[in-house]
Amino acid sequence: MFRLEKVRYKHILNIEKLEIPERKVVCVFGESGAGKTTLLRLLNHLISSDSGQIFMYNEDITQLDPIQLRRRVVMLPQTPIVFASSIKANLLAAIEFSQKTVPTDEVMQDVLSFVKLAKDLTTQAQKLSGGEKQRMALARVLLLEPDVLLLDEPSAALDEETENIVISKIVEYVKQKNRSLVMVTHSKKVVSDYADYTIELEQGRVKRAGVTACLLEA
Amino acid sequence: MSTGSVIDIGFWQLASAYVFIGLLLFIVRARGINREKEIIIASVRMTIQLVLVGYLLAYVFENNHPLWTIIMLAIMVTFAIFNIYKRVRVPLTLRVKRIIAFAMASGTLFSLVYFLLVVLRVYPWYDSRYFIPIAGMIIGNSMTGIALGVNHLVEGIHKQWATIEGSLMLGATPQMAVKDIVNDAFDSALLPTINSMVGMGIVFLPGMMTGQILSGVSPVTAIQYQIAIMLGIVGSVALTVILFVHYGYQAYFNSRAQLVEVTESA
Repeated sequence: MFRLEKVRYKHILNIEKLEIPERKVVCVFGESGAGKTTLLRLLNHLISSDSGQIFMYNEDITQLDPIQLRRRVVMLPQTPIVFASSIKANLLAAIEFSQKTVPTDEVMQDVLSFVKLAKDLTTQAQKLSGGEKQRMALARVLLLEPDVLLLDEPSAALDEETENIVISKIVEYVKQKNRSLVMVTHSKKVVSDYADYTIELEQGRVKRAGVTACLLEA
Repeated sequence: MSTGSVIDIGFWQLASAYVFIGLLLFIVRARGINREKEIIIASVRMTIQLVLVGYLLAYVFENNHPLWTIIMLAIMVTFAIFNIYKRVRVPLTLRVKRIIAFAMASGTLFSLVYFLLVVLRVYPWYDSRYFIPIAGMIIGNSMTGIALGVNHLVEGIHKQWATIEGSLMLGATPQMAVKDIVNDAFDSALLPTINSMVGMGIVFLPGMMTGQILSGVSPVTAIQYQIAIMLGIVGSVALTVILFVHYGYQAYFNSRAQLVEVTESA
């Protein structure tokens, strides 16, 4: 799906070659400062590399419309944005951004249930806890039904139990809908439990990349 | 002592008005407020500037010529643009400075031409007695408005950097991502002008109207001018600020719709 060739970004990332397969759960793993978030930002085209090329389905992403690209390849940051309004308004903001058809309240409530957020649509989003905001933001991304989900530590603000539930739900969604997921994580458990494909970064370089089972055996 | 209905202020009468500055200096000295130097400099500057502008305007009014009018207009617009650069609290890039200059020049010029030719129907169009004071009011108010707009827009973008990026990540266009910030900047820039309209005639009598009344013009005529100029000012402030905010936010995005920190020196 994505192919990176000789990609450099400041002193943060220096990737000689990297392939990211489609319709898989891909985990990007590594220490803090390894360049994981920068990699996602490059794939979302929120930033451009200083040199090298990134291809999406063999097309150089600099040749694609950046807005249309981001609507297909949606990114959820580690600290998601929360607008000072209701959960419903927060969900609809993303729909407005991506110019998709407005879903019914029932559909929105279903997505909230899916990410285990038992809140009413009228609840003020700023009153939610950190973990609840994260799940609301996740629901917002799922509502967009993108081809590719780029999630930057989606379980960072969650306790272990909720983390398990939420990650398994995301993975279930991706498999069901035949989508692609690229997820940054610190957790080795998440990698071993869910990743089809793993990329390990170290100081901006790809240390290892491959099918998770093979990497874990190695 | 008086010429027609206007009281002519003699030299010693004017000099006696400086008693107020003496009073101010006495207060700040007595209270130990370290502001004497600024008060003296401000008083001297105000006096010299107004004396010079008085003689300059007298010369321009007596030698009514389109070239003089255009030169005066160019000086006023240029001064206003540089004054905005100085008054803005945030660092400005060359691109943003150019947008400010464009918005100021085109917005005020359009409003001025419309006001003089359509509303007042001044003939000849360059009649400096009308052109210069009206241009001064329109340019001065637009300058204040756009300075507020610049501060709010640039500060808004920096404070809400993460929100803008978060919106872009979800597929927003740059225009969608900064919509609230742009609207807030426009609103903040217009608010003082709208507030001054609300208080006008009750809380205070505006300067132009007061000047006309003092020079013997009927208050009814004076309010007609005041209403017209106030509407012209609102229009000009709105036009210059909307031009600035519309093009100003674009300076923070590159051709790939990425939010970029503009670091070029100006």
